[in-house]
Amino acid sequence: MNLWTNVGLALKALNSNKTRSFLTLLGIVIGIGAVIAVMSIGKGAQAAITSQIEGIGTNLIFVRAGQAVQAGVRQEVGSAATLTLDDASALADFQLAPAVLAVAPESQGFGQVAFGGTNTRARLLGVTPAYEGVRGYTVVEGEFIVDQQVQGRSLVAVLGANIAQTLFPEMNPIGQSLRINQRPFRVVGVLKRLGGTGFGTQDDTVVVPITTMLSRLQVSRTSQGARNVQLVNVQASDADLLTAAKEQVSAILRERHRIAPGAEDDFNLTTQDDLVAARTQVANTLTIFLGAIAAVSLLVGGIGIMNIMLVSVAERTREIGIRKAVGARRRHILSQFLVEAVVLSALGGCLGVALGWGLARGVSHITLSGQRLPSVVSPDIVFLAVGVSLAIGLFFGIYPASRASRLDPIEALRRE
Amino acid sequence: MEAADAETMIEVKDLRKVYKMEGIEVEALKGVSFTIADGEMVAIMGPSGSGKSTLMNLLGCLDRPSAGTYTIDNQDVARLSEDQLAAIRNQKIGFVFQSYNLLSRTSALENVELPLVYCGGNDRTKRALEALDRVGLRERAKHHPNQLSGGEQQRVAIARALINRPSLILADEPTGNLDTKTSEEVMALFQGLGREGITVVLVTHEADIAAFTQRVLLIRDGELVGDRLVTERRQAVSGGGP
Ligand SMILES: Nc1ncnc2c1ncn2[C@@H]1O[C@H](COP(=O)(O)OP(=O)(O)OP(=O)(O)O)[C@@H](O)[C@H]1O
Ligand SMILES: [Mg+2]
Repeated sequence: MNLWTNVGLALKALNSNKTRSFLTLLGIVIGIGAVIAVMSIGKGAQAAITSQIEGIGTNLIFVRAGQAVQAGVRQEVGSAATLTLDDASALADFQLAPAVLAVAPESQGFGQVAFGGTNTRARLLGVTPAYEGVRGYTVVEGEFIVDQQVQGRSLVAVLGANIAQTLFPEMNPIGQSLRINQRPFRVVGVLKRLGGTGFGTQDDTVVVPITTMLSRLQVSRTSQGARNVQLVNVQASDADLLTAAKEQVSAILRERHRIAPGAEDDFNLTTQDDLVAARTQVANTLTIFLGAIAAVSLLVGGIGIMNIMLVSVAERTREIGIRKAVGARRRHILSQFLVEAVVLSALGGCLGVALGWGLARGVSHITLSGQRLPSVVSPDIVFLAVGVSLAIGLFFGIYPASRASRLDPIEALRRE
Repeated sequence: MEAADAETMIEVKDLRKVYKMEGIEVEALKGVSFTIADGEMVAIMGPSGSGKSTLMNLLGCLDRPSAGTYTIDNQDVARLSEDQLAAIRNQKIGFVFQSYNLLSRTSALENVELPLVYCGGNDRTKRALEALDRVGLRERAKHHPNQLSGGEQQRVAIARALINRPSLILADEPTGNLDTKTSEEVMALFQGLGREGITVVLVTHEADIAAFTQRVLLIRDGELVGDRLVTERRQAVSGGGP
């Protein structure tokens, strides 16, 4: 009595009670479908996070001010106003920091940008010329901020694509004068459009010299009176030198901030990899959490299969008796019902894969606040799902099948 | 196979069967002993509740006795494992039930094939068709049990009992649900098997049916109370057949 005979028998038995088989399948279909959808979306999110973070540059170290302590309560990273433009310049010292290729301090804020009768809210970004290369900004018209403008605290701006579009729908913005927080600025460049899935909102940004930003748009000083920056982007000259660069940056800043040996840093260093790892971990945790919830429905589906198989065994007691009377052994009956349970759950698994795939595809067409939710249905998830559904069939089929196989032929034949 | 030689097919010694139900014990067989020779055709008779079915189930290896010994073809059944009993039911014995006991969802052909499924037999369809031919139902191979008359269903069941060429056919009231004419057709089949040397043991309530056999065992209250040879044996004729 081979496997295919049993599969044939199973299909016949399941076919003879279609509605019941379908309803039983549904539990597994939904369970597998949910697991596949969640896993695929999680995987997609992970890929998106990685590509987003990698998309902002290569071999980057982000230097932030440390945490301020207010009334004994530690505030968020960057809340202390300890990082200055001079710190940033010091990091660009090739003697002290040979592993550092480029340094780009930045300061961010929000402001109202107006031209003629139109005005819009924009992210204001104060930078130095190095920022263009370090963060991979591309100017499509005009040019980026230059050194002279940084030194002169010039009132010049490079516009993100959306801002340019909004304020100058039918006009070349270069050379035009617009107002940022009531101050007049001359437009010197327009950035390349990144589209919906960029990191942050580069398209909605107005870039100005960092000195202009600090002195004229948002005044922020450290406790020592120097002008403060929020973030210094440090680019290591090579991926292998990332750790070395980190150590050199740390040494310079500790020295400049006069931090005693053994005392805590008043700044915070994060590499791009740290960022990927942290965000990926968040995504993974979420995926695992949602996957676990989905897995519960698989468990319920499995119990459904066990339940229906027990009903089926009870209903078919006479059939079992007849089979035993003509010579079926225990293992024949066991495998017959086990295969039936496995076929049931495997069918559910296959339909579930289709459902999950459909769900994942569907979700990736939805856009949430300008971001598409990507999804990646990978073959290993599919194999895993089908394997899991087979295992569920086996696990939950064992008990009903062994009950069937242990029936006494005479008792079974006497049953109506 | 040779007709009726003196070898023993069934030997039963002091066979007892006690049913226990919710503390109440029913002694259905109270020590029965007899032998049946290879190729013999025997009827078991007795009033309702006398223990005939109990005995048949024991002879058919469907149940185990509470005490006593049963040897079939020189094999002591008590020593056999469950799987070995299943093999004997599959290979050596063909069982025919009063209520046919066919699988309702499968065709006549598949019902007849069933014993072959459990012994890995080849040419299943061919052999099943031959068996159906033997009982005159080749044309009904694709029919399901509910599309067949009682007599036809019983003939399918006989074909199933024959498929593995058993040496012993056991039939518990095979004609119990059939009319006189159909009963005679069924008995003609059994007599044909008997002529081929197959041992046939059947239970019946009707003396007319018992008259088709060679020997009658009489059971009353779980005890063997009579054992006589049939003096005027009838020959069954099936619908203008042989
Ligand atoms: N499974 C069982 N549990 C308890 N008692 C049983 C069981 N099977 C049979 N009996 C009892 O054993 C006795 C013999 O029953 P059995 O079925 O062998 O009789 P029978 O001769 O075949 O009767 P009939 O001619 O009506 O078929 C009866 O008293 C019956 O009630
Ligand atoms: Mg009976």
